[in-house]
Amino acid sequence: MRFSEQFEQRFTEMLGHYPTKRSVLVPTLLYAQDEAGFLSDEIIHEIAGRLDLTDLEVRNVISYYSMLTTKPRGKYNVQVCTNIACMLRGGEELLEHCSKKLGIGHKGTTADGLFSLEEVECIGACSWAPAVQVNYDFHENLTTVKMDKILDGYKSKV
Amino acid sequence: MADLVSHPDEVKVVSKRFGKGATNLDRYLELDGYKAVQKALAMGPDAIINEVKNSGLRGRGGAGFSTGMKWSFVPKQSPKPKYVLCNGDESEPGTCKDRLIFEHDPHAVIEGVVIAGLSVGSHVGYIYVRGEYRYLSEIMQKAIRDAYARGFLGKNIFGSGYDFDVYWHGGAGAYEVGEESALMESLEGKRGIPRIRPPFPAVVGLWGGPTIINNAETLANVPHIIMGGAEWYAGLGPPKNGGTRLFCLSGHLSRPGVYELPMGYNLKKMIYEVAGGIPNGRKLKAVVPGGASTPVLTADEVDVGMDFDSLAKAGSMLGSGGVVVLDDATCMVKFALRTIKFYQHESCGWCIPCREGTDWLKKTLARFHAGAGLKKDIDNIYYLAENMLGRTFCPLGDAAAMPTMAFVKKFRKEFEDHLEGKPCPYEPLGRTMELPVLAH
Ligand SMILES: Cc1cc2nc3c(=O)[nH]c(=O)nc-3n(C[C@H](O)[C@H](O)[C@H](O)COP(=O)(O)O)c2cc1C
Ligand code: SF4
Ligand code: FES
Repeated sequence: MRFSEQFEQRFTEMLGHYPTKRSVLVPTLLYAQDEAGFLSDEIIHEIAGRLDLTDLEVRNVISYYSMLTTKPRGKYNVQVCTNIACMLRGGEELLEHCSKKLGIGHKGTTADGLFSLEEVECIGACSWAPAVQVNYDFHENLTTVKMDKILDGYKSKV
Repeated sequence: MADLVSHPDEVKVVSKRFGKGATNLDRYLELDGYKAVQKALAMGPDAIINEVKNSGLRGRGGAGFSTGMKWSFVPKQSPKPKYVLCNGDESEPGTCKDRLIFEHDPHAVIEGVVIAGLSVGSHVGYIYVRGEYRYLSEIMQKAIRDAYARGFLGKNIFGSGYDFDVYWHGGAGAYEVGEESALMESLEGKRGIPRIRPPFPAVVGLWGGPTIINNAETLANVPHIIMGGAEWYAGLGPPKNGGTRLFCLSGHLSRPGVYELPMGYNLKKMIYEVAGGIPNGRKLKAVVPGGASTPVLTADEVDVGMDFDSLAKAGSMLGSGGVVVLDDATCMVKFALRTIKFYQHESCGWCIPCREGTDWLKKTLARFHAGAGLKKDIDNIYYLAENMLGRTFCPLGDAAAMPTMAFVKKFRKEFEDHLEGKPCPYEPLGRTMELPVLAH
């Protein structure tokens, strides 16, 4: 298993920030996932080894956090917030729209592996609802028309 | 990234540097940055704590506990290191303010953390940012690096002989991790399962050492209190409710946004004047005044001051400052269902009343929403929620129960309108036709 140089640099640096090794676990898993797309058995084993944990201990932590996944996702993970502030401004309709357009449901992935869809809880964009995050990018004050443009934009990036 | 708004009634304290390029350290210094830490170094611990106590600053994370008081609980002598932990997990639905602070004024958070550390004799602070806010952790990390490079952090800060380290830490998606003891578990690399208290974090916290935990907005206020003085800050709001607040106005409003207004500002004015009222010719039906966990207010109850004590008197809470406004075409049963769905999803599952209670409430409300409610279940929903109150390890159980009880109590008729076989009478009014609320 090889991570990027930036990953290794961050990892080493973070180890110096805490009195226990284990403390770097959550941010490290997210960085690893960003590089590999998902947390494979191999990655879990590697990180567990580095932090003197068992694979099971790492799996236990992964299953708690909603952003961490052990299954591959699409290149662009479209996360639509339907929590209260977004719901009031069309979050649910937006989710349905994305679902129709992409032809996939909650936690589904398109056949070409380009998009995944996820219904998520509040992402801290309530005053700019409805809001969507595609990977880490925020898209706010959305309409279905704007959403189409955004999805087309990601599509043409490839 | 997120749009900034403004209104003449705003009193800008924490948002003073928003939109002014203060992420740049030189710019921050031009805007009076890092003066407060130097002043605090000269003041010493007791004077800092007194100043913060007298300012009437109360926690912006939800509970509204006196910040100065919290700091004074940390033992002076401790065999274990003491820590400061800034809570930037910001996940309470309706809340989107800490995000703006990290984005526009990251050094103010750092300054707040250092001053909190000085007040209790700690030498290390952590700033926890929720995992979804990746772009903000980049901003925060850069700010920390820049501060180290100038000697504002690290060994011998500002040549004072005092050492202070600040580190960033990232989450990976979990509302419950915002709860202070779960936050510490998460930082220690574990699942976010809360700890039993007492002992409180001020005595036994991170890695067993005394720990101050404060919300990001709380800490960002501290440098301003040190510079402006307790009296000035206290005077901005009503007695015992010092300062201003970042109010996150959302929902059915013409000008939603995050506005900084004095504590105690009238809610009705906030809705109709600051945020431009209800769009699409609709009328106000209800307001959730302080994030999803706070009991709903009806349209008749909005003539109230937005401070901790006034809202408590009105039977609700100021909470995290998330003001969610609902117009008269909103189905309250549907809204209640969406609220409980969130708490059910986020329950860590440790205690039975919360784990089973939220699940049961969700199922019952879903039945109502589908038009198949049973009359006796209206009382059952209330009864079930009431029995969760105060019977859980952490306040998430209460956060789920309190709003549910208020929905049933104040909007009983809407539950009755969803009984056996009747389709939702509010849905046909449906907003699908008039969406999006925003034209642009
Ligand atoms: C379920 C739950 C979630 C919470 N989430 C947050 C949060 O995201 N941010 C926050 O500052 N406080 C949150 N709190 C409150 C914290 O437990 C804690 O009281 C707060 O961070 C203390 O800071 P303050 O005194 O400055 O408000 C949450 C509490 C509970 C019960
Ligand atoms: S109240 Fe809910 S979230 Fe809190 S400890 Fe119990 S199960 Fe977990
Ligand atoms: S409710 Fe959707 S971002 Fe907060």
